[in-house]
Amino acid sequence: MTATTLDLSTSTLREVNGTLHAATDGSFTITHPRGAHALAAGIDAPIDVEIDGPVGYYCAGMHKTGTVLVKGNASTGLAENIMSGTVRITGNAMMSAGATGCGGLLVIEGNAGARCGISMKGVDIVVGGNVGHMSAFMGQAGNLVVLGDAAEDLGDSLYEVDIFVRGSVASLGSDCVEKEMRPEHVDTLTRLLAAAEMDADPADFTRYGSARELYNFHVDDIDAELAAGGAS
Amino acid sequence: MCGIVGLFLKTERYRPDLGRLTAAMLHEMRSRGPDSAGFAVYDEGTPGETRLTLLSEGAEHDWAATAAALESVLDAEVAVRRTLDHAVFSTAGDGRRARQWIIDNVPDLDVLSHGRQIELYKAVGDPDLVAERYDLASRTGTHAIGHTRMATESAITTNGSHPFATGADTCLVHNGSFSNHNQLRRQLRRAGESFQTENDTEVAAGYLSWRLREGDTIDEALMAALEDLDGFYTLAIGIESGFAILRDPIACKPALVAETDDWVAMSSEYRSLAGLPGIEDAELFEPEPGRIYSWSLAA
Repeated sequence: MTATTLDLSTSTLREVNGTLHAATDGSFTITHPRGAHALAAGIDAPIDVEIDGPVGYYCAGMHKTGTVLVKGNASTGLAENIMSGTVRITGNAMMSAGATGCGGLLVIEGNAGARCGISMKGVDIVVGGNVGHMSAFMGQAGNLVVLGDAAEDLGDSLYEVDIFVRGSVASLGSDCVEKEMRPEHVDTLTRLLAAAEMDADPADFTRYGSARELYNFHVDDIDAELAAGGAS
Repeated sequence: MCGIVGLFLKTERYRPDLGRLTAAMLHEMRSRGPDSAGFAVYDEGTPGETRLTLLSEGAEHDWAATAAALESVLDAEVAVRRTLDHAVFSTAGDGRRARQWIIDNVPDLDVLSHGRQIELYKAVGDPDLVAERYDLASRTGTHAIGHTRMATESAITTNGSHPFATGADTCLVHNGSFSNHNQLRRQLRRAGESFQTENDTEVAAGYLSWRLREGDTIDEALMAALEDLDGFYTLAIGIESGFAILRDPIACKPALVAETDDWVAMSSEYRSLAGLPGIEDAELFEPEPGRIYSWSLAA
């Protein structure tokens, strides 16, 4: 089946997104995106979308079931709140890529900016290059795989995300610690690298996760509360 | 929100097109800042000549009388070139002294800029109309910065519009807000800076002007700014023969840079960069938080 071409130099953004929302199957190629915002956001069908060029903010936001391939760079909020399906970008993504994502796979072949995977809730994110500061901040579920380096405060205030980094980590955020790589983690990482079509040896990665000391009261704290007149 | 743009031409190739390219970049940032707009354009200047860009908002001003009075203060000739409510005074006299004299003695004028290379225009209204009114598209030169404003910290007025310039050939545009500008303004006043508005961004401009006047390089001044400016910001900065970018260490405010052999451009969004010549092969990156980026023609 040949792809339907949607040309943003002759169609409006609303028309292009409307066509994608109405489709139930098929392949689409979007040309001349020129940094348009919210392009291919809200896809909710098993369609394949290829975008030839750089996109603006919130590309493929709320993505569900289909695939989106961006051949270029993306601005803020790529695949924010992704639910399922796959979003892949050949270039770099600016800040907050995959923010609050609940499921699916986000693959960034280049670098991701600050706060990649902030508040992620189940999405798997694989980054071929580096991630910016405060990546996976307050991440609750899912996996963040970084083939390059991570900037400052990685995994700050983390809940239950597994972070795998091959390169260096400038600093870990509050309550994020290095953890043992057990067989099940090697399996997860192997599966994610294969799904992302990334060539890397899982043995070269270090796992980071939550020390789980921020989101529960310590017994010590409870004692202190009781001494002060009871917990409220 | 606000939109900011900057274009620095490293080679002579696109210098005849500086204004046209900057106007197109500004056009794409209209949706980020519909309240007002402004731009500063730098050219190579004339040796020994200082220019002041002046604004008379709302009222007719007797430019010839002010120029004549300034001539006697500076003991030098002052030529006047008028564009609507703006006028550019050119003189061989001392620009900093001229600026201060106008601030002290001609209260209905705002001194938008002074220096050897800079001219600066700003107005309330649609950024496209502002660019058209002051004929941005036909201007030539080495670098330009521009701003489209969505007012948050102070009222929608011309003198609350960016860019802000207080020192010679130094100006900046800002997306964000500063929280310690009142304190900093008091300190800078004691150090000899003078301000014409209550705007937070003017204080940042004054801060850089003060550091540069004290002998800092732009990189040193920005390193100090990281310590002393409290708030969130992405800044595009024009200086004599140079251009710089700084984001605060948290970097919530967007910035994107594209660079080729001929030019460096920055904007809040890619859309502004999409029309630049050679963008397809440009190196594209998001400036890192708390890191100083600067380019210079002199180097």
